[in-house]
Amino acid sequence: MTKTTDQNADPTMICVPALNRRDLLRATSALIVAFASGATQAQQRDTPHLKPGKSLKTDEVDGFIALAPDGSATIYCGKVDLGTGLRIAIPQMAAEELGLPLEAITLIEGDTALTPDQGPTAGSSGIMRGGVQIRQAAATAREALIGMAAQQWGKPRTELSVDDGHVIANDTKERLAFSALLSGKPFALKIDEKAPLKNPAAYSLVGKPLPRPDIAAKVTGQHPYMHDVKIDGMLHARVIRPQAVGASITAIDDTAIRALSDVKIVRIKNFLAVVSRNEWTAIRAAKELKVVWSDPANLIGHDKVKSWMLAAASDARQSAGKEVLTQKGDSAKTLIDSKQVLSASYYWPLQSHASMGPSCGIADVRPDGVTIWSASQATHRLRGICARILGLPLDQVRVIYRDGSGCYGTNGHDDVCADAALISKAIGQPVRVQWSREDELGWDPKGPPQLLAMRGAVNGEGKLAAWETEMWLPKATASLPNIPLLGPEAAGIDQPQGLSTGLISQNAHPPYAHPHLTVRVNWLKDSPLRPSNIRAPGKIANSFAVESFIDELAASAQRDSLEFRLEGLTDPRGLAVCQKVAELMRWQARPSPAKSGSLGRGFSYVHYKFNETYVAIGIEVEIKRREGAIVVKRIVCAHDCGLVINPDATRQQVEGNILQTLSRTLYEETQFDTAKVTSVDWQSYPLLTFPDVPELVIALLDQPHLPPLGAGEAACAAVPAALANAVFDACGARLRNVPFTPDRVKVALARGYA
Amino acid sequence: MAVYHCSINGQNRQIESADPDQPLLYALRNDLALTGAKFGCGLGQCGACSVLVDGEAIRSCQISVSQAVGKTITTLEGLGTIDNPHPVQAAFITDQAAQCGYCANGMVINAVALLMRNLKPSLDEIKQALANNLCRCGTHDRILRAVMRASGQVMP
Ligand code: FES
Ligand code: FES
Repeated sequence: MTKTTDQNADPTMICVPALNRRDLLRATSALIVAFASGATQAQQRDTPHLKPGKSLKTDEVDGFIALAPDGSATIYCGKVDLGTGLRIAIPQMAAEELGLPLEAITLIEGDTALTPDQGPTAGSSGIMRGGVQIRQAAATAREALIGMAAQQWGKPRTELSVDDGHVIANDTKERLAFSALLSGKPFALKIDEKAPLKNPAAYSLVGKPLPRPDIAAKVTGQHPYMHDVKIDGMLHARVIRPQAVGASITAIDDTAIRALSDVKIVRIKNFLAVVSRNEWTAIRAAKELKVVWSDPANLIGHDKVKSWMLAAASDARQSAGKEVLTQKGDSAKTLIDSKQVLSASYYWPLQSHASMGPSCGIADVRPDGVTIWSASQATHRLRGICARILGLPLDQVRVIYRDGSGCYGTNGHDDVCADAALISKAIGQPVRVQWSREDELGWDPKGPPQLLAMRGAVNGEGKLAAWETEMWLPKATASLPNIPLLGPEAAGIDQPQGLSTGLISQNAHPPYAHPHLTVRVNWLKDSPLRPSNIRAPGKIANSFAVESFIDELAASAQRDSLEFRLEGLTDPRGLAVCQKVAELMRWQARPSPAKSGSLGRGFSYVHYKFNETYVAIGIEVEIKRREGAIVVKRIVCAHDCGLVINPDATRQQVEGNILQTLSRTLYEETQFDTAKVTSVDWQSYPLLTFPDVPELVIALLDQPHLPPLGAGEAACAAVPAALANAVFDACGARLRNVPFTPDRVKVALARGYA
Repeated sequence: MAVYHCSINGQNRQIESADPDQPLLYALRNDLALTGAKFGCGLGQCGACSVLVDGEAIRSCQISVSQAVGKTITTLEGLGTIDNPHPVQAAFITDQAAQCGYCANGMVINAVALLMRNLKPSLDEIKQALANNLCRCGTHDRILRAVMRASGQVMP
């Protein structure tokens, strides 16, 4: 039997077939339309406690560190390991500073009831900010423990040291266990920003290539991924996304799924889901349920993005203003006075995060509180989102982190949890939502498009004389708390509106001496598809354009491109990475293109955000002219991210940055028509595959006495230009549009650029 | 609810399913608590769901429970354990050949299948054998290294 309710009464209540006169939905026993069902039943399940009562403060030692009487320690980390190695690096930093054996440490990541909010695990900040915060907490804790022992022994602190979970008297070698000193009590201490850090010369854990603790479980099928979590009474749901972005439901016909037992339909305005105890049944129901959608044509189509961006900048309704970001000297005048002015424009398309596992989330919405299991890179932020869409106070929501498939930014992981929360609230049972491949490539928020136009000139001595960058970029909405999510949008739940893109205007000019420089941006109010941060946000496209155009200028002046760069580079760390790559490539100074006609080399240098990691990359390619194919033979990278915590995990991040960006540069563009994304499987959105994988040579330049910087994304930014420059060197064809498809290569071979 | 019999990781197992066309993947993950095989695309395009069926790497999203009847199936869990890993798994651990590791099931299963037919594959043969297994994190180089190691070779 079917119950109906007024869908306006409570926007998150299940709506029923209150469609229109042409309503095709008829109730059958196979189709249960349920309400938030009994609280009694819900309360019988185990409630993971929402408030365990430990400190969650980022300025308190107890927020991050708990020492147990048995000598073990728990580190509470607001940042999470996204497959990036934080799970070993953070314990290395904490154990080193505190004087604990690594085995004593358990790391809790991202659980909002247990960990302080250290901000999203984004922008390569896991170690640079998250780890450094925890290291300072550990240093404070160590100093406090030494103080306690000094008092107990009546010895000066300077005669004490720590090792292996003990304070040790340097003279008598007496030992006092940390646990004995604390005797079960918390530290109750503010983090002391001045607590001295251990001398790097004495490091025994930091700097060691220790194996990550999750790999063995990952390759033997024992690692508990988000996708593997099971909760008692959990139902499987699939959300049915519209046929077009912004479409609304016109009619639903359940005839085809009546034969399936155990299916519920949840509808909240235009949010539509099917729920079943059995996952395969839910998948079938989602496929077979007939839904008629309205037919809006809200999108511009991927092939029109560039012209749309140019037009939008001069359309008052679409422009979000123009801004001069950097100005030095008088570039306009210098360009007018120059004999030869070069100009070129570069385009980076919309791209998907393209996670290997489509997003998955579980929500258990109960009268006494809500638990969400999520692979979000920002569990603390997600907690606020879920509280808002459920209309609950923040302290009623707990988000527990579980590893997902790599996300590289905000993929569908927040959306899927909002989906699960809406459905769980509606049916009163825990719900797991698993997106499909089509959902993930079609509906994850996309890296925004970027268009850059460069003008520059070289003076009579063959040196960079003037440079101008003009960018067209979707403008991030100031203080937007999160990306507007799909589920609440379809369900008609109010949420803050705007664009979230990451800091996409950085690295927009060359880091070489440039007396006359202007960087302008044309901000756009909108982006062709819902945007979000994707690995190395903005910097990847900007560095592609800047480091390609530097090469174009060098080539126009018949200069060796590396010499041309180095003569304007003064930062010793920048010089060091460039020289390292030159050495590893046995770089011979000569202008591009090379004589061979098919073999080439390219170089690119990036000082990430102009204040973080230094990266230089050299790439060697072979061009197959007839096929328009680029064969990447070797990639050399020198990388200076300051103090290296774990060289093997860092190296792996650099490898990943390089290969993923090679994929993005060679293959990837999200395609869409006027209704929706059309590149929704791995054929239409191809990735790099094994036969494409070149030889990789990576040199990490460790700086033990400098602060650790990020390794999670900087190297990405140097890849595309090094590749474009190598292609130009090989065959004289200049690629200015990503992806570098065979068609583009052929066009560029014929007319010089594409 | 029909019952389908096959051998999984050396044991006779029964799979109950209302639909003979249900892909094996969902039965493994939801009914048999074997979550090593991952859902990546459901389209046969990524390899994340691979299992060994009679010694061959098969995508479990593309084989139904009824087609699995009578077959001998080995999943990632059946190859080895953390304490006693299969040589391919051991090589993946040595080379730390996983970032998020979501693709790792497909990589290990397909590498095992390759080494069963070719004891000493060349680097190019490994690349070809894994050409239809996707990895988004860019772990390819380490995976190649690990497969070379598992076959007693070093990366050139
Ligand atoms: S999930 Fe089976 S091949 Fe992708
Ligand atoms: S390791 Fe993440 S997809 Fe391969």
